[in-house]
Amino acid sequence: MATALMNDTKTPAMDRNGALIRTVNVFKNFELPDGNGIFTVLENINLTVKPGEIVALLGRSGSGKSTLLRILAGLIPASSGDVFSSGRRVTGPNPDVTMVFQSFALLPWLTVQQNVELGLEALGVPLKERQARALKAIDMVGLDGFESAYPKELSGGMRQRVGFARAFVKQPKVLFMDEPFSALDVLTAENLRGEISDLWEKGDFPAQSVLIVTHNIEEAVYLADRVIILGANPGRVRGEVTIDLPRPRDRSARRFKELVDGIYIAMTNPDRDVTAAMAGVLPRRETPYPPLPHATVGGISGLLELLNERPELRDLPEISSTLQLATDDLLPIVDAAVMLGLAEVRQGDITLTDNGRAFATADIQTSKDIFRAQLLERVPMVKMIYNTLQAKPNGSMRAGFFLDILDEHFPREEAQHQFETAVDWGRYAELFEYDRGEDRLLLPVEASELTD
Amino acid sequence: MIRLTFPTRETLRRLPFTAADVAITIGALALIVLIAYVGSTALVPFQPPDVLPEPISLDIVHLPYYLARSTLRMFIALFFSLLFTFTYGYVAAHSPRAERVLIPLLDVLQSVPVLGFLSVTIAFFIALFRGSLLGLEAASIFAIFTSQVWNMTFSFYHSLRTIPREQQEMARMFRLSRWQYFTKVEAPNSMIGLTWNTMMSFGGGWFFVAASEAISVLNQDYRLPGIGAYVTEAVDQQNVGALIAAIVAMAIMIVLVDQLVWRPLIAWSQKFRNEQSEAGETPTSWLLNLWRAARLPSLIGEALRPASEFVNRALSGTLAPKPAQMAKPRAAAPAWMDWIYNGLLIALLVAGAVVLIRFILSEVGLPEVVNTFVLGLITMARVAALTAIGTLIWAPIGVAVGFNPRLARLIQPLAQFMSAFPANFLFPFVTVALIATGISLNVGSILLMSLGAQWYILFNVIAGAQTIPSDLREMAANMGLCGWKLWRRLIIPGIFSAWVTGGITASGGAWNASIVAEVVSWGDTTLTATGLGAYIANATAVGDWPRIALGVGMMALFVVALNRLFWRRLYVLAESKYVL
Repeated sequence: MATALMNDTKTPAMDRNGALIRTVNVFKNFELPDGNGIFTVLENINLTVKPGEIVALLGRSGSGKSTLLRILAGLIPASSGDVFSSGRRVTGPNPDVTMVFQSFALLPWLTVQQNVELGLEALGVPLKERQARALKAIDMVGLDGFESAYPKELSGGMRQRVGFARAFVKQPKVLFMDEPFSALDVLTAENLRGEISDLWEKGDFPAQSVLIVTHNIEEAVYLADRVIILGANPGRVRGEVTIDLPRPRDRSARRFKELVDGIYIAMTNPDRDVTAAMAGVLPRRETPYPPLPHATVGGISGLLELLNERPELRDLPEISSTLQLATDDLLPIVDAAVMLGLAEVRQGDITLTDNGRAFATADIQTSKDIFRAQLLERVPMVKMIYNTLQAKPNGSMRAGFFLDILDEHFPREEAQHQFETAVDWGRYAELFEYDRGEDRLLLPVEASELTD
Repeated sequence: MIRLTFPTRETLRRLPFTAADVAITIGALALIVLIAYVGSTALVPFQPPDVLPEPISLDIVHLPYYLARSTLRMFIALFFSLLFTFTYGYVAAHSPRAERVLIPLLDVLQSVPVLGFLSVTIAFFIALFRGSLLGLEAASIFAIFTSQVWNMTFSFYHSLRTIPREQQEMARMFRLSRWQYFTKVEAPNSMIGLTWNTMMSFGGGWFFVAASEAISVLNQDYRLPGIGAYVTEAVDQQNVGALIAAIVAMAIMIVLVDQLVWRPLIAWSQKFRNEQSEAGETPTSWLLNLWRAARLPSLIGEALRPASEFVNRALSGTLAPKPAQMAKPRAAAPAWMDWIYNGLLIALLVAGAVVLIRFILSEVGLPEVVNTFVLGLITMARVAALTAIGTLIWAPIGVAVGFNPRLARLIQPLAQFMSAFPANFLFPFVTVALIATGISLNVGSILLMSLGAQWYILFNVIAGAQTIPSDLREMAANMGLCGWKLWRRLIIPGIFSAWVTGGITASGGAWNASIVAEVVSWGDTTLTATGLGAYIANATAVGDWPRIALGVGMMALFVVALNRLFWRRLYVLAESKYVL
């Protein structure tokens, strides 16, 4: 029955590329009213969904992502181009997929059980079997006990669980999700997202692949193996990011944040090439110069002195309120202190190291000595600058030289910031001087004497 | 420990059958017996002018029987109305080509005064069922049918065209068959609107059952056993006691039908509400509660499950090809087919116009047309006066009631009851008063017409006032708006669209009522007003076919024109500007 609805019944059930879903040059236009020409919603879309992967279609409003999903589902026709599902051209509702809707699309007059059974009923599955299968799907989404409830008795999160159960029960090849969590409150969405992710990781997910449409970057990075970034007006594929994070995924992992930041930069700069925008992140290289937190020496020593004077003060949020500093302003200072080996952070509590305590209690010259030793030992960027100047006979070098080096590892503006922080730290430690007029770095006189 | 003297709810549940089951069973059996008895008596011989049915007896003992006959007619008409609604509405919603004809046609049909062509249909049905009263019976049922069916059909059609997009997509995604789509998506989506409109139509139908049971066609009085004929007989005999008895009986029947049919249906239909959250205040019904408490219905339902499963699967199988293609833009057929189709339609319209003009010129003549047009203007003035006066009286009262929830709960059902009550039962009292005071029916007919029509304005205004958000009212009080300023800035915009709905219904009802309100009698005294309604009534009494057709056509023209030129515009204004 399923094949009778498809045009190309002769083509094999498998795409020659092994793809479950494949589009070839798909365009979608709408005619503007009153014959004012046409409006292009989607432009030349080529993409594939392979078995065993979760693909996210990420785009802002106007990128036509939901339209694209509906074209792939065979709910609306493309203006030109082809969609293939398991190698067969899609000409009507795609039997290989089921969809989870943003608005749940439950029938309010049917019970949970009846809603879930709906798709099976359409297939002509006998009563007993469809009851059993529906029960299993309801159990899978954690709704057992609610079979005879009506949707209006359920919370939003539970309703979307019914939506998932209804999609699961047909065991589609590809599960489509159209912004499935965006109608839920933040906590509920987070919870449900986690459970869907767990189901996928357990390996008995009721679909081979998932295609999710979302505008939420974190959601895409959290769930997907590949993120396809769509541009807007007209909607088009701007690029693709492979999410190489191990599952289960940890949002607090640095790599996770880097990917989110990279995609964010790509999304907020519609004119930039995605690959270039992700360059700071992808492919991942060990940078020889770990980025410096943007903290001034004054800030660092202020924090250390406070910690020394009031040892009971450990909790970071408490410190930020004591200092009347926003958390965003405090964190770089803490990071810097940690980087320099002057403090340690464990579970949100900060404590001084021995060096840190010495730094905070000593006179200014001893403090500078400690700071210098830590810099040379723990901050490769400053060490590199110092070594370069040492190697020069005149002990002096253009600032541009160092900026060029940093440019290879940081975006342009960030390189500038990094350089400024390095100079601030190095000057305090009396490792080098900076001549703003000449825009040069040079070894301090005393230091050169010391080395002599 | 407290010893329980009474069984708990749980133990009661465990009993195989509850008191509710007993009540439901007895009720159902009684209803079946009653219907069978009343229905069987309809098959009496009738061969006019030789064999006539027994004359109507004013003995109060016979009143329940007459009332039952009338009620049975109402429900038979309702059955056909539903049948028509589902087919006509379904076809119109699913075939763009049919839609182009069916919807405008519906628009015209609902403007044709039902009572006007009653005489035509009576002649037709008597010829169809020779030798039995069934012809008159059918004509009466047909009159009720035509009064009920149009807005039910509109409601159903409208529901089918406004099914939420995600439900449509879901249905196509899961590839529901046409049958499944109808039972699981379309019918439930239309249920609330359809139930409400059916109830309103049914209420309006009482007026027509009363009017159609006793009618004079071709100088021949036809009387069907029923409460309408009873009232007519009472008027002929100037029997005030019988009149009052009929009014009381009618009131009891309206309340009974409301409690036994409409309340339960309205309460039940709430489960088809399309919003996902629990509504604040939902209608309840004691009968529905009883039904739900009883175990028998669900047991029978469970027993029939395999059968319904079989039927569903069979129907799904035969109706499987729920469009497998993509959603095409509507009317994507080849252009030349449309050309032919449109050409045919235009040809039909031209042919109709030619026939009409020839009819007018040969049968009645142009002066007669002008005459009916002037009469139409006179009746229109009455309808306008009625709408204006009704608004001036009932809008302030309706707003006051609507702003007071407790009062509204009390008054709203009363207003609905009054709109359902057949106003023609009250006509004799007004007639007597008019005769006594010597006031011309030319003025008095306005009062007669408004007896039935004004209530639509009242309860729509109440409903409209209730929808004005309380924070807007608080804001207005805070701003110090009062008196006319409050009405102009908040109340009139707030109730406007509800008032338009009420106004359309009221004026439509008044046009229909004019046929019975512009000629009234008490005993041998007959009062006649100048107007299109009286013109049609008189033409019907003497069986003057061309004049009946002309009068009815002219009235339909007036109603359509008024709807298009006046009410439709107000509606657009209400929808675009005054939507809350």
